[in-house]
Amino acid sequence: MLTRRLLTSDWGGTFVLGLLVAMLIAVPIANLVVPPDSPYYLSSYWVALLGKFLTFALLALAIDLIWGYAGILSLGHGAFFGLGGYAMGMYLTRQIGDQGVYGHPVLPDFMVFLSYEELPWFWLGFDMFWFALLMAMLVPGLLALVFGWLAFRSRVSGVYFAIITQALVFALMLAFFRNEMGFGGNNGLTDFKDILGFPVQARETRVALFLASGIAVILGYLACRYIVTSRFGRVLIAVRDAEDRTRFSGYRVDHYKLWVFVFSAVLAGIAGALYVPQVGIINPGEFSPIRSIEAVLWVAVGGRGSLFGAIVGAFAVNGAKTWFTVAYPMFWLFALGALFVLVTLFLPRGIVGLFRRRREGES
Amino acid sequence: MIRSDTSPLRQRFRRTPSLLTGFLLLLALTAAAADAPEQSPGHGPAEPQAEAADQPSVDTLIRELPAGNFNDRRRVAEALAEAGDPRVPEILAALADGRLLATGDDPPRIVIRDADDREAGTDAISGETVAAEVVADARRVPVHNPLRNALRSLEAVASVADARPERRIRSLSRLIRDGVDDDLVPFLEERLETEDDPQARDLLKTLLAVTYLETGDEDARLEAVATLRESLLPEARRAVAAAAAEDPDERVREAAMEAVEHAESRIRFFRFTEDLFFGLSAGSVLLLAAIGLAITFGVMGVINMAHGELIMIGAYTTWFIQTLIPGALSTSILLAIPAAFVVAGLVGIAMERGVIQFLYGRPLETLLATFGISLILQQAVRTLFSPLNRPVSSPEWLSGSLNINPVLSLTWSRIYIFVFAIMVFVALILVMKKTSLGLKVRAVAQNRPMARALGVRTGWVDALTFGLGAGLAGVAGVALSQLTNVGPNMGQAYIIDSFMVVVFGGVGNLWGTFVGAMGLGVMTKFIEPHVGAVLAKIIVLIFIILFIQKRPRGLFPKKGRAAEN
Repeated sequence: MLTRRLLTSDWGGTFVLGLLVAMLIAVPIANLVVPPDSPYYLSSYWVALLGKFLTFALLALAIDLIWGYAGILSLGHGAFFGLGGYAMGMYLTRQIGDQGVYGHPVLPDFMVFLSYEELPWFWLGFDMFWFALLMAMLVPGLLALVFGWLAFRSRVSGVYFAIITQALVFALMLAFFRNEMGFGGNNGLTDFKDILGFPVQARETRVALFLASGIAVILGYLACRYIVTSRFGRVLIAVRDAEDRTRFSGYRVDHYKLWVFVFSAVLAGIAGALYVPQVGIINPGEFSPIRSIEAVLWVAVGGRGSLFGAIVGAFAVNGAKTWFTVAYPMFWLFALGALFVLVTLFLPRGIVGLFRRRREGES
Repeated sequence: MIRSDTSPLRQRFRRTPSLLTGFLLLLALTAAAADAPEQSPGHGPAEPQAEAADQPSVDTLIRELPAGNFNDRRRVAEALAEAGDPRVPEILAALADGRLLATGDDPPRIVIRDADDREAGTDAISGETVAAEVVADARRVPVHNPLRNALRSLEAVASVADARPERRIRSLSRLIRDGVDDDLVPFLEERLETEDDPQARDLLKTLLAVTYLETGDEDARLEAVATLRESLLPEARRAVAAAAAEDPDERVREAAMEAVEHAESRIRFFRFTEDLFFGLSAGSVLLLAAIGLAITFGVMGVINMAHGELIMIGAYTTWFIQTLIPGALSTSILLAIPAAFVVAGLVGIAMERGVIQFLYGRPLETLLATFGISLILQQAVRTLFSPLNRPVSSPEWLSGSLNINPVLSLTWSRIYIFVFAIMVFVALILVMKKTSLGLKVRAVAQNRPMARALGVRTGWVDALTFGLGAGLAGVAGVALSQLTNVGPNMGQAYIIDSFMVVVFGGVGNLWGTFVGAMGLGVMTKFIEPHVGAVLAKIIVLIFIILFIQKRPRGLFPKKGRAAEN
């Protein structure tokens, strides 16, 4: 019943989900079962890379949910992604325990270095995985709740909202660069050893993280799909297309926007939490405004307002980036910039728009 | 050469010049005559011979330095110090440092060994470079600690009598810092009578007053407090504070206490002025950075994320012109202003015609497209020139600072940039209000179809308006190249600030941008001393975020029909 509601008339989504499932089955086998000298062998580098792309896809989903369906353009989703990442980074840092350079049983290396006497209060509890995971969702969610409540209540929308989300993520970046904040300052958190007792660098752990990210994307997709096909989602679309009219029809537009914004922030937080153990570092660079704008580009390239387009876009742009930065490092920014311009000029509905238009033309 | 003939020491050390010194003397004489215009009347007939009788005595005195014991040396040094010869301070300093050497010849050659290079030296009398072997053979003129201490203040005294006012001012400042012996007071009082440079005169008075305050009688101390009342020099304030605490006479204590309070309130005022100036200066930088955006974003509604890169293009134009005409810094800066306007303006027009014109009415898409353009421009600069920062030099008149008093000094570069920002702003207001382009720009912004119906070529107006905004960004780049590093990433530093200023001030309102920039600049600089630069910036950002909630259209929102879209 639910499956039918979520997947009927969503051929593209079903196709992308099918690809994802196939990838989730094929990649672990290619990495763990296939012998290394076989042409079908996939190295751990690729597993981690694809796992990273999956977390980006989840972030893109979160952005597409609010941008594509509620018309809220956030240029600061990196804030939620980064906060989720920091929550996980703090757990991983505490898991280092006495394996750090200074060998202090409780304090992370950078705190010993900065001569902290004891753990700051906001680091308490992060030695427990469930707590860190909870915080990875709760902190971005709360920030989005407060920020969104303020913004939507006073009807800050469109361009203004985009600009103040930039200010938010910029302010967070400046704040996390400060050593006094107690988050490792410029260097951030890194040099992780274990996650849930398993070594972070091990092949099996990487595959497990990859699988977790893939499952998160699939569940995230289904959840977003559930939202947009519900009555709630229809109101969101109405808000996107004619905000005033929806308001005049008696809907509390600000509530709708607020809840979808908070949900999107939580998704972004989960994406960040999954991202950090796979890349092995979190630093204030994640909060740089450029990163957040880039994430919006993934959605624009893939196709705004289709959800699966966001997944396609995240893979396409990051795949291209990986290839370019290896093959032609000088030209990556040219290509990315040109992509921005060309997509907005000629592909307003992104890559998936190409196929859609053809199907619509046929029907 | 002040009162040389009244000094008995000078008389005693006078010798008949040798042939060589006679020749050197002629050289020195022409130089001395050139930079000693303040020779007191009645000093002697203006014939060369009379001066000549004066000059060799300094040279011979210098030659006398190695002879005799420490006391003799001290007497010679005292005589030299009062001679007012420009070479003396350096000789005394070298002597104190143990860098003054003498050869075994008769008369000995006096050599100043270089402070950094043990093998190099100059002749103390002629100033010529001396061969390394001479330096190696010469022996150090010995000094001991008491003499060394005496030499330090003698060196300052010698500079007090220097012919160059800036040297006198420097040495007086040093004497005020170090304090002087009582026995110098008569000499200083004598100097006060002849001193004609106003700043040096003030310093001399302060120096004397500080000395009187320690050693003078009650009346002298009272008068000294009155003299020091207006002084903001830290040493003068310390002396007055000491007098307020422990002077034996009550009247002096009271006067001193009043003077301390007076000085403190003045210092508070000047500190406030300084904060305000820093704030306005930061505000003028914000204004310059944001003013182009006030046109492209404010008037046209284009979210131009490449604005920072247009600033960067202006800065690179400055650098390029400087490398084209290396020697002429001032000219190149002045040339760079129109050049940067044209270059950045053309890039802006190309952007508008090539991309933005297809995206009107879709603000979020223009944001993404212009962001793409900003990446391309950055990478283009990186590829064309280099990923490293380019060195841009500042002309002489932009460096240094205007010292208003010891607590308040304003850097020239910031003063000029403030004035420049105001000029650019006024020029823009005039263009918008008084020219036909400005009229058309406003018309198109208010009602595009109606403007078109009345025969305005809206396409051209759009292109020119965007070009104007871009050109202004380029002009801002010229100014900013004087303040910060010029590199491919420099634009990113300004983009968020610029948007904050425009949004805070109110989109579409140039005066709003002005008030917004100055307000945010002043606010940042008043918070900064309390919490540090980064936290101040964060606080300001949060303030703007909250402010936008309260007034979503900024400080000065557009009213009426234009506000509706």
